[in-house]
Amino acid sequence: MRIGVLGGGPAGLYFAALAKKANPAHDIRLVERNAPDATFGWGVVFSEETLGALRDADRESYLDITESFARWSAIDVHYAGKIVRSGGHVFSGVARKHLLQILQDRCRSLGVEMSFLDELPDLSRFEDCDLVVAADGVNSTVRRLLEDRFRPRLDVHRSKYVWFGTTRSFDAFTFIFRRTPHGLFQVHAYPFDARTSTFIVECNQATWERAGLEGVTEEESIAFCEELFGPELEGHRLMSNRSLWVSFVTLRCESWHDGNVVLLGDAAHTAHFTIGSGTKLAMEDAISLANAIEVFPDSLESALTQYELERQPVVERFQEAARESSRYFEDVIRYTTFDPLPFAFQLLTRSGRITHLELEKRDPAFVAEVDRWFARRASGVDAVQRAPRPERTGRIPLATPPPPLLAPLDLAGVRIENRIALRAGDGPLVPSVAAALLEAPGVVLTPFVAVCADGRITPDTPVADDVAEFVPGVERSPVCVLLGHAGRRGSVMPRRHGADRPLREGGWDLVSASALPFGPRSRTPKELDRAGMDRVVEDFVAGAAVAGRAGAGAVLLECSRGYLLASFLSPLANHRADEWGGPVEARLRFPLEVLAAVRSAWDGPLGVRYSATDWAPGGLSRHDSLAAAHAFAAGGADFLDVVAGGTVAEQRPVYGRFFLVPYGDVVRNEVGVPTMTSGNLTTADEANTILAAGRADLVVLDPRIGARPTVRDGTT
Amino acid sequence: MEIGIGLPTTVPGGTDVVNWSRAAEEGPFASVGVLDRVAYRSLDPFLALAAAAAVTSRVRVVTMVAVGPVRSTALLAKQAASVDQVSGGRLVLGLALGARLEDYEYAGADARNRAARFSEQLAALRDHFEDADVCPPPAQDGGPPLLVGGLAGPALWRMARFADGYVHGGGPPRAFARAASDAAAAWVDAERPGRPQLWGQGYFGLGDDDVVDRGAAYLRDYYAFTGPFAEKIAAGNLTTPGAVRDFVRGYEDAGCDHLILLPTVADADQIVRLAEVVAP
Repeated sequence: MRIGVLGGGPAGLYFAALAKKANPAHDIRLVERNAPDATFGWGVVFSEETLGALRDADRESYLDITESFARWSAIDVHYAGKIVRSGGHVFSGVARKHLLQILQDRCRSLGVEMSFLDELPDLSRFEDCDLVVAADGVNSTVRRLLEDRFRPRLDVHRSKYVWFGTTRSFDAFTFIFRRTPHGLFQVHAYPFDARTSTFIVECNQATWERAGLEGVTEEESIAFCEELFGPELEGHRLMSNRSLWVSFVTLRCESWHDGNVVLLGDAAHTAHFTIGSGTKLAMEDAISLANAIEVFPDSLESALTQYELERQPVVERFQEAARESSRYFEDVIRYTTFDPLPFAFQLLTRSGRITHLELEKRDPAFVAEVDRWFARRASGVDAVQRAPRPERTGRIPLATPPPPLLAPLDLAGVRIENRIALRAGDGPLVPSVAAALLEAPGVVLTPFVAVCADGRITPDTPVADDVAEFVPGVERSPVCVLLGHAGRRGSVMPRRHGADRPLREGGWDLVSASALPFGPRSRTPKELDRAGMDRVVEDFVAGAAVAGRAGAGAVLLECSRGYLLASFLSPLANHRADEWGGPVEARLRFPLEVLAAVRSAWDGPLGVRYSATDWAPGGLSRHDSLAAAHAFAAGGADFLDVVAGGTVAEQRPVYGRFFLVPYGDVVRNEVGVPTMTSGNLTTADEANTILAAGRADLVVLDPRIGARPTVRDGTT
Repeated sequence: MEIGIGLPTTVPGGTDVVNWSRAAEEGPFASVGVLDRVAYRSLDPFLALAAAAAVTSRVRVVTMVAVGPVRSTALLAKQAASVDQVSGGRLVLGLALGARLEDYEYAGADARNRAARFSEQLAALRDHFEDADVCPPPAQDGGPPLLVGGLAGPALWRMARFADGYVHGGGPPRAFARAASDAAAAWVDAERPGRPQLWGQGYFGLGDDDVVDRGAAYLRDYYAFTGPFAEKIAAGNLTTPGAVRDFVRGYEDAGCDHLILLPTVADADQIVRLAEVVAP
């Protein structure tokens, strides 16, 4: 096969070497526009997993690469005057320049024809090739020429970063966080040979502008960073290599091949540098492609399809992790009130690829220390803006601390034994709650309990007045009663056969913030008037009293998913021109009135469930959502259950792993109020990770899809 | 997990749904399923299922899926209720928006605003079944089980609001697992009781190189509108017993309740070949 390779980076060189090695009859020509010894960037990092793949693909280059490795196993987090070290992470680094030399030598010895300082304006020189491999980087010419085929999508990130080298040789992958009057700067540094380290400085756009870094020269930029990180550089200098402040661009392509042209490495995809996987992905691409053309010698189309099928899912997973990681760094200022241990834990688990369990495998002592820290505090928000409470260890064995999910929580003076909030089933209320109590969660959540008959969702919705006493018992978990008024989502059929199906007989009149129906088939509500508001306030107060008499330990006010209180909060449901409509302060007035009235009548823990977004254009803004959280906390809510959507019928939700966690995280850590989170959380490990990272205080776990009983009846 | 087999209604030469259905009923299959496409040389899904229902008594008959909004809601309700009646309550009605605007054009249906119209259609369908205003009362209480497909958030929300379950569009088990987990999340988000039924599908063509080649050619043609993606779908065709077994196991592990394997060639021996692989 005649193969043209455009681009002499790791992807192109490695592919050329592997393809030639697999079949020396291939005629392979590689063209690179730069000199063989020119390179940008400093070192590259490989994990053990990648090294295994490199070893299996080509032992000779593997030996050369590993010979010059810097290897380390620790991650250091420099933060708030402390250095937190976590071990057991095995990484290897190599100078990019050296890697290229090894791969060039390998290509030369295998007989790949290479031509440097050779720029191709188009593919005409490869016209005679059976296969054209475009490994020409993130600004790929080939991708641009065939843009309509590959359909690339470029997302520019909000942060700015600059890539330096330094002679300071770190002995760990090092993160440094430095507060300045301009904002927060962070460093990602790692060694790549015995004398040199990569040193990347990053900050958000606003910080960058305030620091006056827009338009600075390389020298000015170096001087700024050397001064800022003087203590950590220990007198070493920063070295530049076309080191300019830039924004990272994430590239995705719908297709990676067209006819006989195929994209490889950065030309096809990029993943944010904070998970450091660009070279790794590029070289794995090369292995996959070289393998595919050997497996399908007679059908290039099959080979390229195979390559794409194999690599695209892997790359997408990394891009997803990279997106989580980059978002973490964009918002990291939010967590700078954390103690060093939970701060480091969150940093290490930011991308979702490393969980509490995985970290425990790597460094059990570190995780035990985090768990101990967590268990010592009866409330996870102590580290945030709340006044520190005395440490309450109770009878928790701190020598072998419990996982975060099983650590207690002090919620408004009530001790909750663990962090699990369990939803009671949908059957009759009291028996469902009793069944849930047997599971010994931290708290049992009731289904929606209507404060009055007209506030029911369906005819089956329990009404507060009818709630009988919950199972008594001093030792049992608190029952948290969800009190609500359905508003415009009421008078519908039970949800067995669908949601929001209006009752065709036996329905009742609806009220809402405005006379707007929930969906096209829904009954139109009446705008709630002042007399109605007074009744609703009284009903909520009476409902809380009933809950108290029934033995509830906590009350949660339903102000989410389009029900009555939520209809006031969202601009999509509240079009009022009076004092309860308009800006968010006005839209909050009625929900806050209900909260205040219940607060004065209910001494126990009181929460508010609210939708932090409407998932619809024109809905609640992020600013308004935070304003609401602040107002609820100031208005006496002890905790917030942060959910999303449900305001309008035709919403555009985004589901996925932990899809509600980010909304609650913002509220907890920007408002400083304990939060409950839910949404596609199914394992204790996921919950432990979220809790220890300070992203929530209580979690609602859902049953796992695909879970089947392990023990069945059998014969012996 | 139950396993069903597709009728070859979209496959070249696949018009003998009667004998295919008889053979499927003999085999270890829990259902027969049909695809739906307007702008393609395929059989009508409801007529094909009616024929299948007439010569079977056990298997469920399933649209996998029918494109809802290319049909008027009343006619769709009538067709579905009719199949449900003649099958004695064996219809499972899978519906989705479909990925091809051409289907709307050929059917003379408005493709604009089709998502909102689909939501409205789903709500109205259930009313038609319950009211029996344009169809006799369906043989199943409240109408046939309704499955809704799609991958994006709005589609999953629509599923969770109106359907009894989720039907996935095909792909490796890993893709199904992910979609199923999102579907379950949407279900909880919509505050529905219990959990959604989870249905999956995959393509197979078991036999010699000729079968494999014809199967791939059919899939490339059927999915030509997806551009380069057609090649990937063709590469995913299950062409060996081992591939079928791995696929079935993967779906089962991912929590699939019912998997329908769709033929890519219409040769009558495909049923026997598949039966040999999936028989318990």
